[in-house]
Amino acid sequence: MITLFRQYKSLQFILLLVIFYLLNHFIAPSDNNLLWRLPAALSWFPLYINDSISYLMFEWWPIDVYDPDIEEFEEKPVVREITRVLSGFILFLIEFIRELILGGVKTIVTFSSWDWATANPWAKWPGLPWTVVAGGATILGYALAGRGLALLVGLSMSYISLFGQWEPAMQTLSFVLIAAPTSVFIGLMFGIWAFKSKTVETILNPLLNMAQIIPHFSYLIPVMVFFGIGDHAGAIATVIFATPPMVRLTLLGLKKLGPEVAESGMMSGCTSFQLLTKVLIPTARRDILIGVNQVIMQCLAMVVLASLIGAKGLGIDLLIALNGLKIGAATEIGICIVLIAIVLDRLSLAWANTQVDYFTDLSFVEKHKHSLMFLAVFIIGIALAYLGQFIFPEGFNYLYIVPHNKGISIAIFLQSGVDWIWDTFFFALKGFNEWLIISVLMKVKGAFLGMPVIATFTLVMGVGFIVGGIRVALTVGAFLLFIALTPWWDRALITAYLMSVSVLVSGIIGITLGTLCAQNAKSTRFILTYCDTFQTFPSFIYLIPVMMLFGITDTAVVIAIIVYASIPALRYTVEGLLSVPQTLQDAGTMAGVNRAQRWLTIELPMSFPHIALGINQTVVFALSMVIIGAMIGTDDLGQLILGSLSDRNGVGNGLILGVCVACIGLAIDQILRTWANQRKLALGLN
Amino acid sequence: MKFRNTLIAGASAILLSATGVAKAADSTKPIVIPIHNWSSQVVMAHVIGGIFESMGNNVEYVPADSQAVYESIRNGDVTISHEVWQSSFGGSFYNAMAKGGLIDAGTHSALTLEEMGVPTWVIDQNLCPGLPNWEALKNCKDVFTTVDSDGKGRWLEGPQSWHGNLMPERIEALGLADDYTVKFAGGASSLWAELAAAKKEGRPTIIFNWTPNFTDAEGFTFIEFPEYTDGCRVADGGDGSCGSPKGWLKKAASYKFPKSHPAAYTAYSKVSFNTGQIGSMAALVDVDGMSHEDAAAKWLADNESVWTGWTQ
Repeated sequence: MITLFRQYKSLQFILLLVIFYLLNHFIAPSDNNLLWRLPAALSWFPLYINDSISYLMFEWWPIDVYDPDIEEFEEKPVVREITRVLSGFILFLIEFIRELILGGVKTIVTFSSWDWATANPWAKWPGLPWTVVAGGATILGYALAGRGLALLVGLSMSYISLFGQWEPAMQTLSFVLIAAPTSVFIGLMFGIWAFKSKTVETILNPLLNMAQIIPHFSYLIPVMVFFGIGDHAGAIATVIFATPPMVRLTLLGLKKLGPEVAESGMMSGCTSFQLLTKVLIPTARRDILIGVNQVIMQCLAMVVLASLIGAKGLGIDLLIALNGLKIGAATEIGICIVLIAIVLDRLSLAWANTQVDYFTDLSFVEKHKHSLMFLAVFIIGIALAYLGQFIFPEGFNYLYIVPHNKGISIAIFLQSGVDWIWDTFFFALKGFNEWLIISVLMKVKGAFLGMPVIATFTLVMGVGFIVGGIRVALTVGAFLLFIALTPWWDRALITAYLMSVSVLVSGIIGITLGTLCAQNAKSTRFILTYCDTFQTFPSFIYLIPVMMLFGITDTAVVIAIIVYASIPALRYTVEGLLSVPQTLQDAGTMAGVNRAQRWLTIELPMSFPHIALGINQTVVFALSMVIIGAMIGTDDLGQLILGSLSDRNGVGNGLILGVCVACIGLAIDQILRTWANQRKLALGLN
Repeated sequence: MKFRNTLIAGASAILLSATGVAKAADSTKPIVIPIHNWSSQVVMAHVIGGIFESMGNNVEYVPADSQAVYESIRNGDVTISHEVWQSSFGGSFYNAMAKGGLIDAGTHSALTLEEMGVPTWVIDQNLCPGLPNWEALKNCKDVFTTVDSDGKGRWLEGPQSWHGNLMPERIEALGLADDYTVKFAGGASSLWAELAAAKKEGRPTIIFNWTPNFTDAEGFTFIEFPEYTDGCRVADGGDGSCGSPKGWLKKAASYKFPKSHPAAYTAYSKVSFNTGQIGSMAALVDVDGMSHEDAAAKWLADNESVWTGWTQ
């Protein structure tokens, strides 16, 4: 009997479920019963964290700093002074790029002073006409990958300009142009470090998960205090959020390389630096490039949230438009964000794929034709902008810059599109919505809230034990225990309920749709572009129509999460299926399996580790949407995090609430990762 | 301790400038004005920025979260916040003031109202006879039920961070608890989405709203609850059976502002807009479709008599 149990995990699962059911059934809700809810033994902890952070932010190691504005010495904590120096440097870089394109005085001020700049109003960089910037970008596209890319870049830049979004879009671009390369660089470094040291890898993994999951609202105030408010703060928050996928994919890429690659490098006498830069990284390029793609997508996905801590550009315009229910205008801005993402992604991809040609002998003109083309565009653009002054007498020089709200607008059509959706679908969806809320969502929510704490622990730790033994069970239990001892266990159950429902649906959508689309190259490309689009298209925009259709209900929240969270499930399913070796497929075909059998018995099991990673990321994405759900209206952890912004002790509460959200993700990650590794071993994929 | 000192220093600076002893010239460093996500605030930011510029100051605008901004003000990174709504931002405002570094730079003459209400067409179509008097609610809970409200009428309140349990307590105190329940929305745009959806569907709804606001144009009627008296709220020791008071709209400033820009601070402390002026600023954007900057420039040009006195 016992051996039978050891062998069949399904039996173990059934036993676990029976115990879970019995616990659920026999433990009655009661505030005094420890099996029902644990006491909030850690409720002092947020306050303690709050006080420690306040101490660090405002009191620890004070130094006297002279403030010339108020002509006084002020006592300031040294940590903050150091972080402020870093902010100043980042801000300088962002402003430099921004003013190069749009003009301004800040760069000049950096090298002189506000007094001087105010006294000499002529000392102002005028900025480039939009035609020059757009033309330059198009030539860059042409130089890197020929006509197709040039067309894409040119059309995108023209869209942005003609729709009157040039100024905010370039503000956003300048901030992304600093945040994205920084993330790529840091991600690459940490990825390599983790590749070289197993210890680093073990420590890094939970930190990466935390960085991706903890909602930004949790650390909004500490970031604002330490780094000040502005583009640099937005850039720092963005780097925290965008770097993890780069680390993961660099590590994945390097690990996949066989030992023979490194050996061949060593035989040719590489130093370890050369080995890394000339042999290993170029060979692992495919995965590293997916990392770069993810960095760019995450950076642009952060545009709206970064505007809450001072990043100028499209984000704040979008929030203003949405707050006035101008969905059409908001959609136009959203499209700009997606276009910037796609243009940057394709350009960086093309740049990484360029081959240096050492052998051809070119004339001066051929060698420098792109620079010469740019020079021509530069001169023509400036000449046109100069002429524009006379062509457009009313004061708007469209050849220099198309002012905000003076461009073309299709907002009316977009708006009527939304109206049409409403008119067509509302009453059909109403019945569905009622059914979903009453018969599914409220029941599931009730079930989650009706779980005694001992049952939750048994279930989760039991699954951990069956999958990975006592070590995994204890790790998972520790994460749960942390949440259970805070005052927010019930709130966390609601978050878990929203996440579970969304991840279930996202997983099903991702795997089926991913499988269908992986069948041919065209649909594969289409679905990957779809992923890029919806990863960067600000979810705030489709939230409004969703809220109008489904009301301020959990349905709206779940839909918002699914749209975003199904993206990694889709992406990784497609990547996984494509990575199944052709020889294996052929072997299957020769053995006489039909298409469906091949999918079920060969492709799906072989790509399981990839898909598991995808589901893992789906959980991460779903949890990172918790805060967006809170903006619709939920009663989970996210709502409390939003509330902590106006709370006296909000810093501590916000952070610990964020850690609670992360703990849910870390527990699931632990189980999924162990399972995926076992499957990999079983399939001989390592 | 240090902060209290600076606060005292700040307060004495206000006194100094108020009595006209201000002597040092304004710093040329930019005055940092925050931009939030509603039209009147953005236009007013540019209007006040324009007033500062007319006095020869440099101005910079920075987007910021409307709750978190108070922490930046008290740290001196942001100079002012010119639309502090009593009920939505009072908490953050007073918290920052208690921690030190933020000063109260006076109150606009505009009186605000932040209260539960219904779209005016609900009253025009007589869907709940007797509204806007609150007693009418007793007889029409069915009109306001939603799928997830357990058969009770629903009040859609702003996020819990705005006024805590004020509305649930009021429902209890008014004896409406058997018939009504409160749902907390996540933010202002959720409220507007509900307003738009309710209109399309022709479904009456009770939501939290305020005036002056862009929804005034569409018609919104506030429910008339028993009048507010000092101490009537549960938080102040009362039973909670009262409506909202006429609210204030304050101006906040950083403790550094009076010292670094004494002249601009003096002007800022005099700035006072009334409801009509705030409405006309928002209308230039929301109705006439101007950009925020253009609207501010136009408003400044049209209303020179209003603001030139403040800069003297």
